[in-house]
Amino acid sequence: MTYFAPDTLDDALAHLDTTGMSIVAGGTDFFPAMGVAPQAILDVSRIKGLRGITLDNAGWRMGAATTWTDVINADLPAAFDGLKQAAREVGSQQIQNTGTIAGNLVNASPAADGVPPLLTLDAQVEVASARGVRVMPLSEFITGVRQTALRAGEIVTAILIPPLPDHVRAAFSKLGSRKYLVISTAMVAAVIGYDAQGRIDHARMAVGACSPVAQRLSALEADLIGTAPENILVNATHLTPLAPINDVRGSSEYRLDAVAELIRRTITGAST
Amino acid sequence: MTDFTLNGKPVSTTPATGERLSETLRESLGARDVKIGCNAGDCGACTVLLDGTPVCACLTPTQQAEGRQVHTLTGLQDDEIAARLRDSFQDFGAAQCGICTPGMMVAAVALLRENPDPTTEQVQDALGGVLCRCTGYRKIIEAVLAVANPASALDDPVGHTGAAIRRLDGQAKVEGREAFGDDIATAGTLEILVIRSPHARAAFVLDDLDGFIAAHDGVKAVLTASDIPGQNCFGVIPDFADQPVFAVNETRFRGEAVAAIIATPDFIRQFDPADFPVTWEQLIDAQTIDQALDATAPQLHAGRKGNIMCGGFVKCGDPQAALDNADITVQADFTTSFVEHAYIEPEAGFAQMVDGRIEIHACTQAPVMDRDALELILAMDASQIRIVPTGVGGGFGSKLDLSVQPYLALATLKTGKPVRLTYSRTESLQSTTKRHPAQISLQIGAKSDGTLSGFNFFGHFNTGAYASWGPTVANRVPVHASGPYRITDYRAETQAVHTHCPPSGAFRGFGVPQSAVAQETLFDELAEKLGMDALEFRLKNALDNGVPTVCGQVFEQGVGVKSCLEALRPAWDSERAKAAAFNAENEILKMGVGLAAGWYGCGNTSLPNPSTIKSGIRADGTVVLHQGAMDIGQGANTVIAQIFATALGVPVQQITLIGADTDVTPDAGKTSASRQTYVSGNAARLSGETLRADILAQINAGHNARLEFSDGEITVTDGDQSHRIDLRQLPTDAEGYAFRAEETYDPPTKPLDENGQGIPYAQFGYAAHLVVVTVDTALGLVKAQKFVAAHDVGHAINPMLVEGQVQGGIAQGLGMALMEEYLPGRTENLHDYLIPTMGDMPPVETLIIEAPDAHGPYGAKGLGEHVLIPTTPAILNAIHNACGVRIRHLPATPARVRAAILEARK
Repeated sequence: MTYFAPDTLDDALAHLDTTGMSIVAGGTDFFPAMGVAPQAILDVSRIKGLRGITLDNAGWRMGAATTWTDVINADLPAAFDGLKQAAREVGSQQIQNTGTIAGNLVNASPAADGVPPLLTLDAQVEVASARGVRVMPLSEFITGVRQTALRAGEIVTAILIPPLPDHVRAAFSKLGSRKYLVISTAMVAAVIGYDAQGRIDHARMAVGACSPVAQRLSALEADLIGTAPENILVNATHLTPLAPINDVRGSSEYRLDAVAELIRRTITGAST
Repeated sequence: MTDFTLNGKPVSTTPATGERLSETLRESLGARDVKIGCNAGDCGACTVLLDGTPVCACLTPTQQAEGRQVHTLTGLQDDEIAARLRDSFQDFGAAQCGICTPGMMVAAVALLRENPDPTTEQVQDALGGVLCRCTGYRKIIEAVLAVANPASALDDPVGHTGAAIRRLDGQAKVEGREAFGDDIATAGTLEILVIRSPHARAAFVLDDLDGFIAAHDGVKAVLTASDIPGQNCFGVIPDFADQPVFAVNETRFRGEAVAAIIATPDFIRQFDPADFPVTWEQLIDAQTIDQALDATAPQLHAGRKGNIMCGGFVKCGDPQAALDNADITVQADFTTSFVEHAYIEPEAGFAQMVDGRIEIHACTQAPVMDRDALELILAMDASQIRIVPTGVGGGFGSKLDLSVQPYLALATLKTGKPVRLTYSRTESLQSTTKRHPAQISLQIGAKSDGTLSGFNFFGHFNTGAYASWGPTVANRVPVHASGPYRITDYRAETQAVHTHCPPSGAFRGFGVPQSAVAQETLFDELAEKLGMDALEFRLKNALDNGVPTVCGQVFEQGVGVKSCLEALRPAWDSERAKAAAFNAENEILKMGVGLAAGWYGCGNTSLPNPSTIKSGIRADGTVVLHQGAMDIGQGANTVIAQIFATALGVPVQQITLIGADTDVTPDAGKTSASRQTYVSGNAARLSGETLRADILAQINAGHNARLEFSDGEITVTDGDQSHRIDLRQLPTDAEGYAFRAEETYDPPTKPLDENGQGIPYAQFGYAAHLVVVTVDTALGLVKAQKFVAAHDVGHAINPMLVEGQVQGGIAQGLGMALMEEYLPGRTENLHDYLIPTMGDMPPVETLIIEAPDAHGPYGAKGLGEHVLIPTTPAILNAIHNACGVRIRHLPATPARVRAAILEARK
């Protein structure tokens, strides 16, 4: 039984390459899912450079071990308001203080609060192994319920967000049966920009907890372009990427019905 | 090796891989003030500060603490903010059972350091990650807000009945010193792991157990049914006892025990229960009432044909004729769900052999019932069993039944060693009792003037696999289903139906909250059809002094329901006006106002129900109260002491409390049926009165003489005469008492006849609630905005504790109304089974009504259960008022409310 908490990424990757290890960062998803303790754990929370948010010409870089509280406290443009709203809705402040942005992605829950806003930010996922680094769109990183494109020996090192138009704004809506500590029944994220005439000229819409993997609604996005917010009509075709299930949190019919309303509200929320 | 600083002191520990900081703190470093409620970040009880930041210790690998500062509540002893918070928590009654208190206070300290004068919303955001099941959260919010803006402290120097004083046992709770079920065993004590059925119904074969023991070093023994010296059967009602400690051959619910491993903590941590040598064969089950009543359904118990365990019945007048003659009738069917008690402390305890006797320390609501049950299971004389209750981190009815106790007793008997057992949250959810799901059909009639005319109630109650308190529910509901109203022609019948589900048992209200949902919402429909105001309709039919109940019982005094309803009238008028104005401005968000009333009989139904309270004066002048009424957070330690102090005539602060312990404290009965203030309160009053009379008789002093207790003497002042009793000159008994009194009180009831006519309870308490809700009609989201709760408590022994009970009960009623639904196999944790959080409970205005009861101590009535009976129907009525839909299947989740709204628009 080993617990390995390296300071450097190279040490972590060298270790990961040779042994099958469970990876822990904030622990907020790791422990609830843990039955019998694993034989070996790689703790990535002490790796230098893995936590924090930086900006360069290529855009924003969010270190994998950046916590939700870090996101909330970061000085970020309005395009990140949806992500910040989502961060505030993750579990509780205790969870936000340790839960990490990459952990939310690799856990790959259909109801992961971070995924819809990151999809609307066109986020990419940077993964590293001893063999090198690769980058893929978030939409390709999460492949199914609790499934990702992460290969043996790889860890997520950062979430990359390309530069965004200056004028866009964002919002996030989460539907649940209680105020705190609630798993989403449905959620919607929007990044919206308006032209000088008040018509939408930038639209990124994503829905979570209504399909195995959160989905961008590209048909809706296309229809939104050129529309004034008061004229938005959400139709069934827009929602075709969704395939909600019936569970204790709601029926599939309810989810589809509620999502249409949440979309309208979230776009409005991103407009003010 | 992991080194960090714990509460200011350097510590060094060697955690296992995958060890949680919560476990390290509690087991290796002795910080038992860190509480574990879920091990999943769902309850926040284990909140600690890591470098000043609140985190769930159960989600933190111990190794992550390396080089950092960890603070738990006890480590904040000298912190100035924490000190003010402790006082504030005491003054507001923000700690009831106290199990969430360390997590709440640690989170609050972190907030107040950053933000010394937070808003309500900021308090909710900061503390929202900690669940509380007792308080309804508002007292906690007030206590945190008051740190910046202190209110006046509760400092009544006498503390007799009627005085809002701090909890006498509160300081240990706010300092994190209260020891709960899992806090007794020392680290390294052998642990018990119960092996449970993964299926609702399964045949099973235990395979090579000897081989299993031999193959695993850490395993000391395995317990099965063959290890039980006495009966493999228990139950809270002897005539219905039917539950095995370990199932034999076949299990009847998912989570039922079939065996238990006694092993070292290291073994248990690494052991996957799926590796236990048992072979399962899943069998066809019946988990719903309809399935169980089907002619082809598997039968759960011989002698209970058709899976019907028992029934209840009350009838008066001619209900069918009255319904036929009614001008208006309403009829509807209702269903409710399993509701989980969800106390934040899972069942836990410790046992050891002491001089050949078994000693069990566990959380319980009924220590003497525990002993009586173990006597039969262990085939051991009661004198050889000692039950020492620990602090109880919430009970609400479920800790009346045995849970960990038989396994603890059998394990210490088998090994001769001390043992411990703490249920995981999932085990607690799977295996302990629930509120009965009900299927109710109700028809009610009224004359055009609003007089009720005929009431016909039939309810099936899903009692699960074993009897537990099912017979009590079946009997109580027909007595209470009328609500606190005059109904001359009435019929109510219940049946308790066995299913392959966890046993349904006692849960705050014993079935009455379910029947009140049907009755109080149909009353609103009747009033609407009659064109009457819902409040006036209730007032017209409400019980009163001298008016018979449906059991033919007539109270000459103390029927306070009309006063409760009248007390709501100002809010009823003003809130409806506000709602109308709001709704005129809003299309999607709609506001509604609802009300409902309720009643509840205190104590057992037409059965003996005694409490005994012992007290004494030691030679050194100490006044001792043996307070055996289990305080599970509701405040019995304080209320019973206040009553005793009043009767004896001493300030309550002078009393030394000795708690429940079957070796030293007489049986004050179980903490259930809202009986402790009334029944044990009366026993305490009698005990105090007797003690006082004996002291006065010693010197022939008059009734009104004043007593003062000091070192070794009692000074008795009678008018201008003053006498000294030198206690050291008096003989003392074996317990060291120079004076002693032991008194018993049993409520005067009479049996019910075949039509349920008689005297079921010596007293009832009454209540009426008003709630304002908003309904987001596009999403089906219901949010309670405000409660006004009027409660006739006869006499409020401690108004602060009354408010605490009211608010906490309302929170449970809110959960039952809107979100709580236990589904075996699906909602077996506290993120799928939802209870209200701090952000879900609105402010509560408590209106205390005092219509003194003829039998209650100083007029007092019971309260605990009454508080959630009107809550759920009031919310349902408010939803209807807001958006016009009637929700008859609970809980009213957003999906169900939205579906009903869409259906109504068709």
